Parts: sequence; structure tokens; C-alpha cells
Amino acid sequence: MSVLFILIIVSLTVAASFLVAFIWSVKNGQYEDGYTPSVRMLFDDELKQESKKHQIKNKSIK
Amino acid sequence: MSVQIKNTTVCFHCGEDCLDEAILFDNKHFCCSGCKTVFEILNQNNLCDYYDIEKMPGISPPKNAIKKYEYLDNEQIFEKLIDFKDEDQALVTLFLPQIHCSSCIWLLENLYKLNPHIVSSRVNFLKKEIKIAFNYSDLSLRKLVELLTSIGYEPEITFSNVSNNKKHSIDRSLIFKLGIAGFCFGNIMLISLPDYFGLDNLKDNDFSQFFGYINILLSLPVLLYSASDYLKSAWQAMFRKSINIDVPIALGIIALFARSVYEIISNTGSGYLDSLAGLIFFMLLGKIFQQKTYAILSFERDYKSYFPISTTLIDADGNEKSVSVSEVKVGDIILIRNNEIIPVDALLVEGCAQIDNSFVTGESVAVHKNVGEKIYAGGKQMGQAIQLEVIKELSQSYLTQLWNDEAFIKQQHHQFEGITNAMSKYFTIVILIIAFSSAFFWWQTSIKIAIHAFTSVLIIACPCALALSAPFTFGNVLRVLGKNKFYLKNASVIENLTKISTIVFDKTGTITQASKSTITFHGDMLLKEQIDMIYTLLRQSSHPLSKLIFSSIKDAELLTLIAFKEVPGKGIEGSFNHHKVAVGSELFIKEKQDLNPTSTTVFIKIDDKVLGYFQLENSYRNNLKEVLKQLSKKFKLHLISGDNDSEKKNLMTYFGSNAQFSFNQRPEDKLNYIKKLQNNNEKVAMIGDGLNDAGALKQSNVGVSISENINTFSPACDAILDASAFDKIPLFLKYCKGSMRIIEVSFIISFLYNIVGLSFAVQGLLSPVVAAILMPLSSITVVVFVTLATNILYRKKINK
Repeated sequence: MSVLFILIIVSLTVAASFLVAFIWSVKNGQYEDGYTPSVRMLFDDELKQESKKHQIKNKSIK
Repeated sequence: MSVQIKNTTVCFHCGEDCLDEAILFDNKHFCCSGCKTVFEILNQNNLCDYYDIEKMPGISPPKNAIKKYEYLDNEQIFEKLIDFKDEDQALVTLFLPQIHCSSCIWLLENLYKLNPHIVSSRVNFLKKEIKIAFNYSDLSLRKLVELLTSIGYEPEITFSNVSNNKKHSIDRSLIFKLGIAGFCFGNIMLISLPDYFGLDNLKDNDFSQFFGYINILLSLPVLLYSASDYLKSAWQAMFRKSINIDVPIALGIIALFARSVYEIISNTGSGYLDSLAGLIFFMLLGKIFQQKTYAILSFERDYKSYFPISTTLIDADGNEKSVSVSEVKVGDIILIRNNEIIPVDALLVEGCAQIDNSFVTGESVAVHKNVGEKIYAGGKQMGQAIQLEVIKELSQSYLTQLWNDEAFIKQQHHQFEGITNAMSKYFTIVILIIAFSSAFFWWQTSIKIAIHAFTSVLIIACPCALALSAPFTFGNVLRVLGKNKFYLKNASVIENLTKISTIVFDKTGTITQASKSTITFHGDMLLKEQIDMIYTLLRQSSHPLSKLIFSSIKDAELLTLIAFKEVPGKGIEGSFNHHKVAVGSELFIKEKQDLNPTSTTVFIKIDDKVLGYFQLENSYRNNLKEVLKQLSKKFKLHLISGDNDSEKKNLMTYFGSNAQFSFNQRPEDKLNYIKKLQNNNEKVAMIGDGLNDAGALKQSNVGVSISENINTFSPACDAILDASAFDKIPLFLKYCKGSMRIIEVSFIISFLYNIVGLSFAVQGLLSPVVAAILMPLSSITVVVFVTLATNILYRKKINK
């Protein structure tokens, strides 16, 4: 059972690393703007699809 | 000049109707050359995806923006505007009120394609801000701002950007405190789990000791960091010999910690550290929940965020020079262009002034001023450029000297004591009496039980449920009101609103609609053809009055206009096939003045015959009568206005006979009026709108600023009300009152829990499991109750 001592310390260390990650992300301003990133992440894909559509249209015209 | 009108095409860039002959470029229609230019710029740089993300996303760029930004070349102003710079890069944050769609985000984040010296740009959509990193040695800030302006995004740079030096840093400590409390709470719970289930076979002595010490270790950051606000506040209260809600909380926290540490070290029990961490976690959660903020709204704006940084000075040789507004001195000649704000009190020297005072007084119709007349700071010039001679410096002007009043210098001194703190005074005393008497009772039997009972009482009585009910109720109320377009600065405004006895209204812009005027025609009946001619003529003019009357004429057709002439400040003339039409001021049309010049009139003359005039009057808000009738049942109503009393009779029918009216009030008079009411022990709510109400809004117990568009400037206040929700004011007040009732009921619930808990505690029977169940249970009950109750109340009161 004495392995529990080590396991608990290990699990606490893992949990603490998440806490550090959380604090870092708050400090970094990741929670500042909850809206813009949701729009931003859609840009590339959407535009590529647009251009693909154009290409397909162009091909079909040809 | 013949003008052909096409009414059907829509601008490819901005989506406005192309009223004049549309500009055809690249097979696309544009409403003006500005829009076309933006399209050209984007097209050349392969940025036309802008038009694919949203349809017609563009903003028509302002027409005369080129000369305005000279001041940005000034080294000092540059230093103050930028956030950060190193050898070659600078970072600047600009407010772009035009940001409105995802196309905007896309374009603004691809700025680097437009100019290679822009390193990167990031948009914050909700705040309508952009952060730009750029090489300032190659691209000056002025060039950058001009670039943004040229594509339709004109940054709003005001005096406040440079006047307060401290860059506002956001206080994130509460989030850290919550995060750490949550982390420790979870882990302590996990480690305490064997205890809860009574797994005695696991309870090797080594283990329980080890777990105990880890729990102490984990609870230290909670006690020392997360709970520090409560301990500090309680200490300060004791120091001032007063009691607030934090005193019993701090007592509870200290009792919990001390008792737990004692039990663990003496190996007599496992302590209550899980309850301690949970308690603090939930209380911090309530604190955060109560802090509802609105990204775009600011409740702290003063005149500095309204006035521009710089103005154009004309020196003795007639050269134009851009100078900071604070450097303008008495006697200087300044130049104000179209749509610029007049920063100082001044005399009109040259040009034709049409002053739009809508931000200052709420008056929607522009005022005409003649050469030699005094123009107060704050108005906006509409039309051609004018020259002014400064008669007072910025800080001394009619409007801004209001901010020198003590109401702005002193901190808010008339805050009411919160309901929670009022309650906790009695609560704390009762708890201490119970704790000491139970200790005294057990003292004869056993000192150990006496201490046990004493700490148990303090622990169980720790008013976490009490401390939670107000934050969660208020947090919910803030959200509900925000959803209904009534934005409160913070939770204490809710309590203040419930204590109001008097409501003071401003007139113009508050009970009248700033954006809408009633236009009535006085004179002969107009024939269809005559209306059409007036309609056509008005469309040619960019004067605000022309635009207002134009938009009010319905069912008219545009005719072919042969000649057109605009006499600035006076009126417009035009000829049609058989008729000559003139529209303008009374003096211009009749060459004499008969009517009272206080009302705004526009006269019509067709073929040398004066047919009559349009009269423009502010129209009252919808449902004004109903709103005032409901309010007058419970509150004393007052009206203060900067205008004369010509409307008094009409207003009497709205306000009823008990209301009091004051007219011709200057901004300071309004402030003093509120002060006088408060000296008579009235709790005053002021409902106003413009900068001239700023003093009264600040002085009043609750200052509510009404705004047609909440994104634009509104003066410092406690609450901002979107004008469209004006008719809900009585409901909002009732809702706030109801929410206080909810808090009272939730207090009763938490007292009931306390009685159950205390009955264990005084007998010295409190065990960690009972504490671990009872304390969170009471907290959760209270939170669930207030959340449900506020929502039910919302459905009943507002959302019928």
C-alpha cells in the first residue's frame, strides 16, 4: 500500500501542472475575447471552399 | 444640370441605395467614389474575399479625413497612444466603432497584405478594438490611421486616450483566487473521500496522518491567498469598530482552519478542511458571478472621452497647424471642419455654423449660428468649415467646468449600506452569544467539549449561504436587466434602485426622442406636384434639416430638376420645368422674421408665393404617458430642462399635477437641484442623456443615462438604458424590488439551516461529515432558490 504515497504525490503534481497551465492561459489573455476567435477559426476553411467552388464552376464551364 | 435618378441599385461595397447615378466599376455598382476607392484598394491587394464572407460588408469612408491626423506625427502624442515599442516595432490599440461583421475581422486581420510594414493585427470584435504591430520607422502612426480611414475604418481617438497615462490593466486576481481555491477544494475532497465512507480498514494510522498533512498543505494557499480578501475586509471592519458580513465569515474560516490543524496534528480527527476550501470556492464563485461586465460599455466616461485630441489652429500668417486641444489658448483662431466637435467655448468668426448639440443636450435639430455669436464647446459642426475665436480654454468651458465640481472629486459618499451587511451585524452578535454561552455551559463538564462546541458554532454558523444569496441574486438580476437593455454598472445599483423616492427627468433627448422629430406643415394644402418638387429639391441638400424633412415625406416622386443652388445657412433654390421653388429659413424666404425664433421652421416658396412652413418639434417617447402614470404612483417626479418653459402646459398633461418643473437650468444648476433634493432626505434617481446632465447623473443616488445607441458615448453614470426599453422602466424598478424580497426569503432559508446546524454544534456533536454535507447543501439550496426565483419573477414581471 505504500505505493499510494508516491501515487498521490504524482497525481497532485499532474493536477498542479494543470493549475499552472490555467493561470498561464488567464495571464496570457486567452479569456479576454470570447467571440473573435470563434469567427477567426472559420476563415481559412470557408475561403478555400469558396475558391474550390469557383474552380469547379470554371471547370464545368470549360 | 439634370440629374437622372436610379433607385434600384445597391452599392456593392456598403449596401446603401445608390441614389445618385451609380458609379459602375468592374461590373459592380457603387454609391460613391469613396466606396469605389475602397474596392479598388482591396481588389489590387487580392483582398476581395472581404465581399465573400458577408454580403456588402463595407463602410463608406469619410470624405474629408485626410488632413485631420497631422497631430499623430507629434512625438508626445505618439508615445501616449502606443501600448509598447522596441527598436523597430510598435504596438497600438485602436477603437474602431465601425467593426460590425465577420468580414471586418477578416479584412482587419489581413492588413499586412495592404502594407508590408504592418506586422500583424488582431481584432477584438466585442470591444471593437484592433491591436496592430507595425514598423514605426517605416510606417508612421499617422499613415497607419490614414490607411484604416481610407478603407472605411476610422479610428476614434479622443482626448482621454492621451490624458490618462496609466494603461488600464485588468484585475485578474479574482480568477486566480477562484482557480486555486477550486484546485485545492477538488484535491482535498478527493483525499478526504476515505473519511466520508468510513473506510476504516484503509485507515492505517500512517495514511490518515499523511492525508491530513497533505490537506493542510493544500488548504494553506486557500486560506492565505484565496480567502485573503475576506480576512482583510473583516480586519478592516474590526479596526473601524464596525461589523460587515466578512467578520462572521472570517471567524468561521479561522475556526475551521485552527480546529482542523489541531485535530490533524493531535491525530484526533481528520478536520474540516474540505468544508473550508469548498466554502471559499463557492463564495468566490458568487463574487465572480456578480461581476457582470459589458465589453463595449463604460460607466466612467467623462468629457475627455468625448472631445478630440487635437484641433486645427490658424496662426497669424493664415497657416493651418494641428495642435493638442489642451494647448489652445484664449484668443486663438481655430478651424472646425464638417463633423468635427467644437472643443472649447468660442465666438464664430467666419463661416456658417450649424451646430448639432445632440450629445450635449439631446436636441436633435441642428442650431444655426451667425458670425459673432457664442458657440459652446461640445457641439458638432455640420456642413462647411468654420473659423472660431477661442474665449475659454478646454478645462474652463461652460460644459467642462462641471467636472470641477466636488461631486466629481469626492468619492461616492452616499452609498447605502448593503442588505447583507445590515443583516450580518445582528447575525454576528447572536452567533457570538451562542458560541460563548455553549462554551460556558460545557466548561464545567469538560474543557475539551467546551472548545469543541465553541468552534463548532463558529464553523456551522459561518454565513456562507447568507454571503451567497445576494451575489447570486444580483448577478442574475444584472443579467436579466442586461438582456432587456438596461445595463447596470454593478450590483449595488440594484439595491440603490429599490430605495429611490424621487425620479428626476431631463427633457430633451430623455423623454423626447433624439432621433425623431415630429414634422408638421402649416399653411396651404400642397398639391401633389408641389410636394414632388419640394421632395426633389430637398434631396439635393445635405443639410440635416433637409434630410429630416425629406425622409418624412412619403408617397412623393422625384422629378427632373433643372437648376439647383444652395445658399449656406439659409436655404436652397431650384427650378423645374415651369416652376421655381425655394426652401429655407424664414428670413431667407420672406426676408423678415415674424415667428418666434425658438422653434425650428423651414419655409416653402413656390413661384414667389409663400405657401407655408414645416415645423420641427421633438416628439415624446412612445408610452411616455403610461410610464409616467405608473411611476407617479410610487415616486415623486421632477423635470429639469435647459430649455425654456414653452412646453410646460403640454408636459403637465404627461407628468400630472404633482410633478415639479424647472426650466432654463444650466448644467451646474441641474447638479445643485439634485443636491437640494438629497438634502431634503430624498433618494434621487436621475434619468438623463447628454453631457449637460453629467453632473446631475453623478450627484444622484442612481444616475441612469438613456442612449439611442449604446455603442456611442454616454456620460459617467450608474446605469445605461437603451432608449428602446424606456417603457419598461416601471417594470425594472418593480423587478429590483422583487429581487430584494427574494434575498430576504433566502436569508430565512439559510437561517433555518443554521438552526439545524447549531443544534448539533451546541451539543458538541458536530462531525466532519455533518459539516461536509450541511454546509454545501445550504449553499446549494440558496443558490438554486435565488436563481429559480429571479427567473420566475422575470417571467412574471417583465416578460409577460
